[in-house]
Amino acid sequence: MLRNFLAAAVCLMLPLAAAAKEEVVLGLSQNRVAITANFDGSEILVFGAVKREDAIPEGDPLEVVVTVSGPLGPITVRRKEKRFGIWVNTDSVTIDGAPSFYAVATSAPLRKTISLEEDILNRVSIDNAINSIGARFDKADAQEFAKAVARIRTDNGLYSLQEEAVKVSEQTLFRTSIAMPANLTEGDYETRVLLTRGGKVISSFSTTIDVRKVGLERWLFNLSRQQPLIYGLLSLAIAIISGWAASAFFRFVRQRG
Amino acid sequence: MQIYLPIAEVSVNAFLLLGLGGLVGVLSGMFGVGGGFLMTPLLFFIGIPPAVAVATEANQIVASSFSGVLAHFKRRTVDLRMGTVLLVGGLTGAALGVVIFNYLKSLGQVDLLVKLCYVVFLGIIGSLMFVESLNAIRKSRKNTGPIKRKKHNWIHGLPFKMRFRVSGLYISVIPPVIVGVFVGILSAIMGVGGGFIMVPAMIYLLGMPTKVVVGTSLFQIIFVTAFTTLLHATTNYTVDMALAVLLLVGGVIGAQFGAVIGAKLKAEQLRILLALMVIAVCLKLALDLLFMPSELYSLGAAGGH
Repeated sequence: MLRNFLAAAVCLMLPLAAAAKEEVVLGLSQNRVAITANFDGSEILVFGAVKREDAIPEGDPLEVVVTVSGPLGPITVRRKEKRFGIWVNTDSVTIDGAPSFYAVATSAPLRKTISLEEDILNRVSIDNAINSIGARFDKADAQEFAKAVARIRTDNGLYSLQEEAVKVSEQTLFRTSIAMPANLTEGDYETRVLLTRGGKVISSFSTTIDVRKVGLERWLFNLSRQQPLIYGLLSLAIAIISGWAASAFFRFVRQRG
Repeated sequence: MQIYLPIAEVSVNAFLLLGLGGLVGVLSGMFGVGGGFLMTPLLFFIGIPPAVAVATEANQIVASSFSGVLAHFKRRTVDLRMGTVLLVGGLTGAALGVVIFNYLKSLGQVDLLVKLCYVVFLGIIGSLMFVESLNAIRKSRKNTGPIKRKKHNWIHGLPFKMRFRVSGLYISVIPPVIVGVFVGILSAIMGVGGGFIMVPAMIYLLGMPTKVVVGTSLFQIIFVTAFTTLLHATTNYTVDMALAVLLLVGGVIGAQFGAVIGAKLKAEQLRILLALMVIAVCLKLALDLLFMPSELYSLGAAGGH
């Protein structure tokens, strides 16, 4: 009896153990993005391999999900309604945490790659990456507001879902590229790779991409925060000097001409 | 050529900004308006966050107004005394305006009130100027004789009279101070220099000659917008120096051309052009409020309502 039970348990555990042995070895074309004055977006190549000690398990094929998420922050979403003949903001909802940037790439159609339960648990798809839990307590239709965030940011190129964009070869090597738009904000961009089989996540790995302003951009930003008065005076000085210079230059040209 | 703006945190085309600056600069030099009422909505349109657009615009107006006022000083069309009186009112008004602005912000709906302010004031001023200028042009066509402009009204009965030699006026300081305060309040709320209100107020309320009005208005605008810039830079950190530099390089050059064009046009023509422009902006804003927007939802920083 006991032996039978043990045998059954071992049989049950085997596939799990085998699955757990598949691990991600990840590479990134760059792990920092420098925002310079002429920064106009960046493309990050995410590539890697699956490390395993045994043979490739049989059954559902290996699928890969890659997500890159900018820093989370609360945002206020307002909705317009017609009041007294004009369109005005009426309702507003605060979404607790929405990433400033979010990209998902999958190796197959989304639902084939990851099941709905795993998607919710791991916050993979765009709708699930937006945390609107708190908002649901204040408003019945809070979901509409969260959807608006996804829609507006997708239109702005900040959120994207690219299905079948991860190329997997021999169930071992994978690669994809994530395009980052020009209107990036600073912060640590969490990059995750999830390996799935039959919609279940079997292994995950995460790292960060450091997005930072550098050079003049960094200097101006720091000055504006640390020495706001000097920054303001400097802005005014530049304005006055360039106003004077243009005037002097034109006077010079007119006198000559 | 794309450029990343450090404070606005967006990437925009540098030539587009130079062009916008130049266009608004020409108008600024021609009419003696800072151009903020045009530039601020244009900046929203190209995707600059509203708070940054308003603050940076104030900084840019300093530059184009300074460039413009120097051209007017050369032609001796700045009434320094009147400018100073207006300025005293203007700074008081701007400080009051900031208080009112923050109060409205705490109530929510600040965007709507700013827009309504625009529609109401641009609408009234634009149509008044348009009608008046049309009448003036019609009159000057009928009889080529000099137009009688000086009228005695209630303004001349007020105390604290002062002589404004450049404007050729001998009036009480109370009306200019009140005009200054009023424009100061509006400029703080609407995020503009306020020239489009100041210029008509000087012409119609104070009875100043049009040629002097432009230079004097620019003179006063420099100080009010400089004050606003500092206020924004120190409290909201929303002045984007890179954006300002691009706008003002275009702006100061444009302002010089504008001053030349303005000197060649007749006063009535100048006024009718300004009136048409003011009406156009007003209509655009009014239509935005009346028609159903394509996106009913908008995103904003949390806690800002």
